[in-house]
Amino acid sequence: MNFQRINALTKKELKKTFREPAVLFMIFLFPIVFVLTFGASFGGLGGSQPVYNIGVVNLDSAGCSGAAQTLIEALSNTTLLHVHVYADNQTAQNDLSQGKVQAVITIPAVFSQSLASYYAAPNNPGGWVNATVLLYLDKGSVVATQAIPPIIQNVLAAFLNQQVAPSPVNVQIASLIETRQLSAFEFMAPGMFTFASIFLIMMVAQSFTQDRENGMLKRIRTTPITPTEFMASQILSYMLIALIQAVLVFAATYLMGFKPAISVSTYILAFILVLIFSLSNVGFGLITATVSKTSNTATGISFLFVLPQLFLGTFVGASLSSTMQTVSRFVPSYYVTDALTSLFLRGASITSPTIILDSAIVALSCVAILAAGIVLYAKYFKI
Amino acid sequence: MGEFAIVIERVVKRFEDVIAVNDVSLKVVRGELFGLLGPNGAGKTTTVNILCGLLKPTSGFVSVGGYGVQRENAKVKRLIGVCPQENAVYPYLTGAENVELFGNLYSLDKDTFKSRRDMLLERLGLTQDARRKVEKYSGGMKRRLSIVLALIHNPQIIFLDEPTIGMDPQSRRAVWDFMEELKKEGKTVFMTTHYMEEAEALCDHVGIIDYGKLIALDTPKNLISKNGVDNLEEVFIKLTGRRIREEI
Ligand SMILES: Nc1ncnc2c1ncn2[C@@H]1O[C@H](COP(=O)(O)OP(=O)(O)OP(=O)(O)O)[C@@H](O)[C@H]1O
Ligand SMILES: [Mg+2]
Repeated sequence: MNFQRINALTKKELKKTFREPAVLFMIFLFPIVFVLTFGASFGGLGGSQPVYNIGVVNLDSAGCSGAAQTLIEALSNTTLLHVHVYADNQTAQNDLSQGKVQAVITIPAVFSQSLASYYAAPNNPGGWVNATVLLYLDKGSVVATQAIPPIIQNVLAAFLNQQVAPSPVNVQIASLIETRQLSAFEFMAPGMFTFASIFLIMMVAQSFTQDRENGMLKRIRTTPITPTEFMASQILSYMLIALIQAVLVFAATYLMGFKPAISVSTYILAFILVLIFSLSNVGFGLITATVSKTSNTATGISFLFVLPQLFLGTFVGASLSSTMQTVSRFVPSYYVTDALTSLFLRGASITSPTIILDSAIVALSCVAILAAGIVLYAKYFKI
Repeated sequence: MGEFAIVIERVVKRFEDVIAVNDVSLKVVRGELFGLLGPNGAGKTTTVNILCGLLKPTSGFVSVGGYGVQRENAKVKRLIGVCPQENAVYPYLTGAENVELFGNLYSLDKDTFKSRRDMLLERLGLTQDARRKVEKYSGGMKRRLSIVLALIHNPQIIFLDEPTIGMDPQSRRAVWDFMEELKKEGKTVFMTTHYMEEAEALCDHVGIIDYGKLIALDTPKNLISKNGVDNLEEVFIKLTGRRIREEI
């Protein structure tokens, strides 16, 4: 065995690792970013509990002075809930369909009456006036449908100061009466569109760096094609790829049982949103291609844009901690997934404020990112 | 466009750590086949890149077809055909698809394109393989396809950076014949090579470049007789004291 040779080869290999940014990234930075994002997403950074926004509609005939007010206070006192009081059910349902609250509770007209009857004769169920508290849940959130009902049940039980049935006040989950419960897959489906699109970043970055490496871009530059034409052709290609991708993802999710009952115009808006989002990913791809010398480097660096978007704005981050929910407001994918969830699962209309806001943010960020990508790429590489 | 197809005036190209082209001046008459000779790293490719507008000279001036390359870039691009040194062809397309793409980049109409394509593929011996993916091509085949791409639009001024590198003698001979024909059609050809016999056989004028400096510029015949030697290879040895490269 020749240690001199082994030594030399080992040295060479180590040098390669430390001198090649792509390798360096894949070996060191990628796992770190992965662990950080994954851990932060699912581990609840800083031990902060998720807080659910719930809406309360008080229909109690006794008004604000009655027992319903006390119940609302009891709900507000739990650290798990953030209570918004609505004057009417319609407004509350609107907000629910846009994901602004994760649940809506309606306190019935007979609530105070029911409680009064109970306190008057606690041991005579026959004399009680029965009341039903309706609970509407966010159909777009697996967390809401799983976690909120027990919380409400507990608060109510504590409120009635009674742990065992029978009770004059029953909680009925409205959404589960109206429709069947969504599968875990269906909750994730909107995020899958976003998920697929994100990988365009890597594709674009690799394609541009490869064409640069093998001299194709230079060769193209000796032909009469203008930089604008060239960029337009690239963007057009990736839009087509994104469209095909979205159709394929839709077909696949449909096959897997995702069949949202929504109008054609809603579908069209959903697809347009995905396409605009894809455009911003083309921009990220160009930024990556600008800073990468080789296609290997491009692959590595593209993860910097891929991973945060993946964990903060797709189904991957379905149960984000509240800290990370705040951070997720900074990635475009969050707004796309949010809008798609509202459209597909919560039944939001395409003119509702959340959808308009989400779409506006997606469109603006897209313009900014794409422009930055094109300007940077054109400046440093003249196509 | 005047008498000269290509004018290079006191061109300097400085990269961070090296002067690739050092005060080079030369003129190429229209319809002439000009050869730029020199060893590896002499500055041949850099000169070609400056001429076709890919690189901006640090100082000096170049014009192609009577147009300033920097100032009237779009006009120059329509006149020239460039075959770069590296085999810049799309590996995932077939030969024919590559040709079609470039035909479209030069906005050729269908009929012109078809006759040019068929003629060029035939002349460069690629008709049989036109429907095969380029990634399956041999090096010499890619090289020939690259020449087809450079000529598809019937350009008036042609830049060929080491056109016959990696070709077998038969293919090389075919390319030489083809270049003679281009000259007969009145095309201006600017080629680089380090095959001295190639330059000697083909070129009307040759320039010899070494370390970015143009050290000789004349017809092959004159260079040989002036230096009292038998061939261009010996001219280079005489001028630099080095061999340009081992025999092919
Ligand atoms: N983009 C660049 N950045 C820095 N230096 C460069 C660059 N391009 C070329 N050079 C340097 O310029 C010099 C001339 O290179 P050039 O490619 O023009 O040589 P050449 O004559 O074509 O050689 P060859 O026969 O190997 O193709 C070399 O020293 C090379 O290292
Ligand atoms: Mg060269």
